[in-house]
Amino acid sequence: MSDDTIFALSTGGLPSAIAVLRMSGPQAGETVSTLAGALPAPRTASLRLLRDPGTGEPVDRALVLWFPGPETATGEDVAEFHIHGSRAVAARLRETLGAMAGLRAAEAGEFTRRAFLNGRMDLAAAEGLGDLLEAETEAQRRHALRVAEGGLGAKIGEWRDRLLGAEARLEAVLNFSDEGDVDESDEKFALELAKSVQCEMRAMLDAPPAERLRDGVRVVLAGPPNAGKSTLFNALVAREAAIVSPTAGTTRDVIEAPVDMAGIPMVLCDTAGLRLAGDDIEEEGVRRARDLLNRADIVLWLGAAGEAPQHDRVIELAAKADIDSAERDEGVLALSAVSGEGMAALRDELVRMARDLLPGAGEYALNARHRDIVRQAAGILAQAESGDWILLSETLRQARRVLDRLTGESGVEDMLDALFGRFCIGK
Amino acid sequence: MNRRQYDVIVVGGGHAGCEAAAAAARVGAHVALVSMRRDMIGAMSCNPAIGGLGKGHLVREVDAFDGLIGRAADAAAIHYRMLNRSKGAAVRGPRVQADRKLYRDAIHRLIGEQGNLNIVEAEATALRLADNGAIVTGLVIDRGAEELAARAVVLATGTFLGAKLHFGMENHAGGRAGERAATELAKQLCDAELPMARLKTGTPPRLDGRTIDWAGLERQESDPDGWTMSPATATRCNPQLFCAITRTNGTTHEIIRGALDRSPLFSGEIEGQGPRYCPSIEDKIHRFGDRDGHQIFLEPEGLDDPLVYPNGISTSLPADVQLAFLRTISGLERVEIARPGYAVEYDHVDPRILGHDLGVRTMAGLYLAGQINGTTGYEEAAAQGLVAGINAARLALGDARATLRRDQSYIGVMIDDLVLQGVTEPYRMLTARAEYRLRLRSDNATGRLTGIANQWGCLGPERRRAAEAHIDARDRALTAMTEPVRAELAAHAGVAVGQHRETRSLAEWLALPCDGAASARRMAPGLDGIAESALEEAIEDTRYKPYLERQAGEIARLRSDEAVRIPETLDFATIPGLSNEMVERLTRAQPATLDEASRIRGITPAALAAILVHARKRAA
Repeated sequence: MSDDTIFALSTGGLPSAIAVLRMSGPQAGETVSTLAGALPAPRTASLRLLRDPGTGEPVDRALVLWFPGPETATGEDVAEFHIHGSRAVAARLRETLGAMAGLRAAEAGEFTRRAFLNGRMDLAAAEGLGDLLEAETEAQRRHALRVAEGGLGAKIGEWRDRLLGAEARLEAVLNFSDEGDVDESDEKFALELAKSVQCEMRAMLDAPPAERLRDGVRVVLAGPPNAGKSTLFNALVAREAAIVSPTAGTTRDVIEAPVDMAGIPMVLCDTAGLRLAGDDIEEEGVRRARDLLNRADIVLWLGAAGEAPQHDRVIELAAKADIDSAERDEGVLALSAVSGEGMAALRDELVRMARDLLPGAGEYALNARHRDIVRQAAGILAQAESGDWILLSETLRQARRVLDRLTGESGVEDMLDALFGRFCIGK
Repeated sequence: MNRRQYDVIVVGGGHAGCEAAAAAARVGAHVALVSMRRDMIGAMSCNPAIGGLGKGHLVREVDAFDGLIGRAADAAAIHYRMLNRSKGAAVRGPRVQADRKLYRDAIHRLIGEQGNLNIVEAEATALRLADNGAIVTGLVIDRGAEELAARAVVLATGTFLGAKLHFGMENHAGGRAGERAATELAKQLCDAELPMARLKTGTPPRLDGRTIDWAGLERQESDPDGWTMSPATATRCNPQLFCAITRTNGTTHEIIRGALDRSPLFSGEIEGQGPRYCPSIEDKIHRFGDRDGHQIFLEPEGLDDPLVYPNGISTSLPADVQLAFLRTISGLERVEIARPGYAVEYDHVDPRILGHDLGVRTMAGLYLAGQINGTTGYEEAAAQGLVAGINAARLALGDARATLRRDQSYIGVMIDDLVLQGVTEPYRMLTARAEYRLRLRSDNATGRLTGIANQWGCLGPERRRAAEAHIDARDRALTAMTEPVRAELAAHAGVAVGQHRETRSLAEWLALPCDGAASARRMAPGLDGIAESALEEAIEDTRYKPYLERQAGEIARLRSDEAVRIPETLDFATIPGLSNEMVERLTRAQPATLDEASRIRGITPAALAAILVHARKRAA
C-alpha cells in the first residue's frame, strides 16, 4: 500500500558470480526503461546494458526481467536485474537507484511484508524470515553501528543529536512559552543548524564513496627490470595488455588492468623497472612507478628476497621458477607464469589479502543505507524556512525521523528528554 | 440489601468523572455519579487555569462533543489568554483562569440540567464482579450498606487511590487536603492483580492576595478580543482580572537549598516518579543551580476570593520554610500563606491494560479515566472521561466501541500513547506529542469532530445545528479561496504584494504577509455573511494544505496497517527474532493491529514483518 518503490539485493553476500537486485512498487517498470531502454517482454530475460540516467555511464551488462503486477511475488510491479556479483557493480547500481525519486532501499523484511499484505506469499515461504530477523535484532544493529563508528554512522548520530537539540529548543517555546524560562531567539538557531547540517550532508554525499570499492584493490607488480613482471601481469590478466619483451626496460609506462578475481574487484598495475633511469622517458616511468607504489594496496615483489619496498602488504615472489632453479628463501612464493607453478597459490593469497582490505558485506550494506538516508534527510532540511515555527519544527522532526530509521526510533520521548534536560520548565 | 439499577456507574466527581457521567447520559444511558461529597463535585484541586498549550486543544475537542469543560470554563473565566498567538495556528493554546466557585457552580448546573443522571453521595467500597472477576456487574457503596447494579462502571477516582500527602517530613494517607483516601477500592484493584505503579505530584502554597504588593509587579491582562473556550458560549460573562508575574532570586534559592534535608523529595520519603515538566521549586533549584531566578505567575483563584495560586513553585518543604522563601520574593515581602503547599503520592494503574475505549481488557464493563491512568491535568482527565463515558454507555446499550484515531484528535493521541506506551511520569498533553498537529488545531475542533460526535449521538439538536452552520460557513469560505483577485485590490486590502502584478487566487494572496481575515474580507466581498471563526479556520486550512497533503500518504499507510489485526492470543515470545525488550513491551501493550505495534517504542520494521507473518499464520 506504500507509494515507494523499494529495491534490495536479493542474493547473498558479495562477491558472487551473479547478484540479483530486485525491485517492487509502482515505479519498477519506469525504472527499467530509464536504466535499460525499452521495457522487455514480461517474464522474459533479456540482456541489456544498464546506464546511469544521470551521467549516461554504463553500470553493467545485465539480464533484466520485468514482471507486471499483481501476479508477482509481492503483488506489485516487480523488476529484477541480474548483474555481475562484484561489490563495485552492486554498489554502483544501488547508488544509481537510490538517487532516483520515489525509490529507496527496502527495509529488512519489507518485500515479505508487501507480499503478505497483497496475499502473495504462503506461510511456508515466510518462515525463512526468522533468519533475516536474527540479523536485524537490536543488538546486531548496534554492533553494526559500532563497526561503522568513526565513519558515516557516527556522523549520522551526531546530526541526529543536533537536530534533536534544535527541535527541543523550538518545542520548549511552542509547548512551554507560558510557563518557563525559555528563550524566544531559537528560530535563527534552528534555521542555521538546519542549513549547516544539510551542507555537511551534501558534502558527505558528494565525496567519492569508498574508493577501493569503486576502483578495486590496487595490486602493484614491482621489481627490477626483466624480473618477469609483465609476464606475470599478463598471466594474471589473462590477456595481452602489456608489451612483453625480454629486453629490460621496455615497460616504460604504468599499465593498469581491472580484473575480477573471485568476485573481488582488483586493479593490476605493471610498473616500469625500478632502476636508475637511462633516458628521460625511462626516468618518467620510474617516477610513476614510485608514485604507484605509494598508492598500492598490495605489492607483488619480484626482486631479490628482503629487498622489497617498504609496504604493509607485500607478497614476495620468486618468478621464473621454470628457468631459475636458485635456492628459494623462506616466505617467498616460487612461481612460473609460463608453467603455471605457484599461480593458484598466488591467486589465493591475493584474494585473502584483498578480502581483509574490503569492508565486510554487512558493513557495506550499512553504508549504502546510510547514504540513502542522508540523501533523504538533506532533501527535507532543504525545505526549512523561517516564519512559521511549527512548520520549521515539523521539518526538523521529519529529518530526524529519517535518520532514526538507522539508529532506531527516537520518538517524542527523546525530544522531551533533550528538552527537559536543557530547560527549566514547568509550573 | 437495597439495590438500584443503572446502565452506567461513574465513581468520582472530578473532571474525568463529571465528563464521563454527562457523556454517558448524553448518549442515552441511565447514569449514577458516585462521589464521597456532593459539594466537591467539579472542584478544581490544583491550579485555577483551564486550557493552555496542548490542553486547550483537548478542551476544544471535548467541547466539540458537547462536553462540560469548555462551557464551564467560560462560565467561570476571569482571565483569557491565547498562548503562542504569534507562532502558527496549530500550536495556539487557549487558556483561561477560572474562578473556582463559579467553575464548580457551572459544573453543578450542567450536571443538574442533564437528564438521566443521578448523583449518589457515598463511598465506593468495592466493585461487584461476576465470572471470576472477568465481568463487572455493579458497585458496593458505603461498606456494603447498598449496592448499585450496572453493566458498566467508570472509575475516575483521581489521586484518591492509595494516596499519601507530604507536608515537609510529615505524611498521612489522604486524597486532596482534608479529604479521605479511597483505600479499600485500591486494595480490591490490587487484589485483581491490575498492574499498579506510584507517581507523585505537588501543589504550591496558596497565598492571601490581600497581603501581596501588586503595584510593583508586571501585570498580564486578559486578552481584549472576546474569544471564548466554547463556541456555544456567546459572550464572556465575568469581569476580567489580571495576573501578575514575579521571580525567585538568589536569597530565595539560598533558603531552599539550606532546607533540602527537610524535603521529602530529597530525603527519600517520596518514591513515586514526578513529572519532568512540573518540577517542584526545590527540584528546579537542585537541577538548574546556575539559574538566578525562576518565573512565578500569580493567578487569582476567584472574583470574590482573596486566594492566589503562585504558579511555578510547587513544593513539599515544611510550612515555615515556604513562608521564609516566599517573603524574599518581590511583591511577596509581607505575604501570608493561606494553605501550605504539599506533595501527594498516589497509585495509578498501568494504562496498557486498557483498550482504546479505555475499558480494562480483562474485566468487561470496567473503564478507567483520569489520573488513575497516570495522567495529570483537568483537560486530560476530562478528555478520558468523555471517551470512557461514551464507551461505558455504548457497552450498556449494546453498541460497538467508539474510539478516536491519532490523526483525528489530541484525544486519540493521548489515549493511544497511554494504552500503547504506558507512563513513566504523570502524562501531560503537549502539542509535540501529536505527529499530525498541523491538522489538529484548537480552532478547527468543531470542523474535525462534529461528524463523529453526531454519529455517536453526543450532540443535542441545538448544538448540532450550530456546528453544522459553522462547517457550512467554513466550506463556503474555502470555496472563496480559489476566487481570482487583482493585485491592486490585494495591495489595497493590506497584502504585501511586493513585485506581484498579476491576478492571483485569494488563497495565494493570503499566503503573503497581510491582515488575515480582515484582508480576506476586503478582497472578497462574498465573505461578508461568513462568521469570523469560520473564515479564520478556512484561511489556516488553506495555509497548511500543502503540508497536510504531504502527510496524507503517511496516514494512508497507517490505515492499511490498521487493517491488519493481531490476534489477542498471539504469544510474542514465540516469534523468532524479537528481542526480549520488544517482547516485553508488546506483551504489556497488547497491540490490536499492526499499526499499533508499529508505534510501540523500539519496534523495528523487521520486527513488524515478523509480527505480520505470525499474525497471518495464526489467522490461517
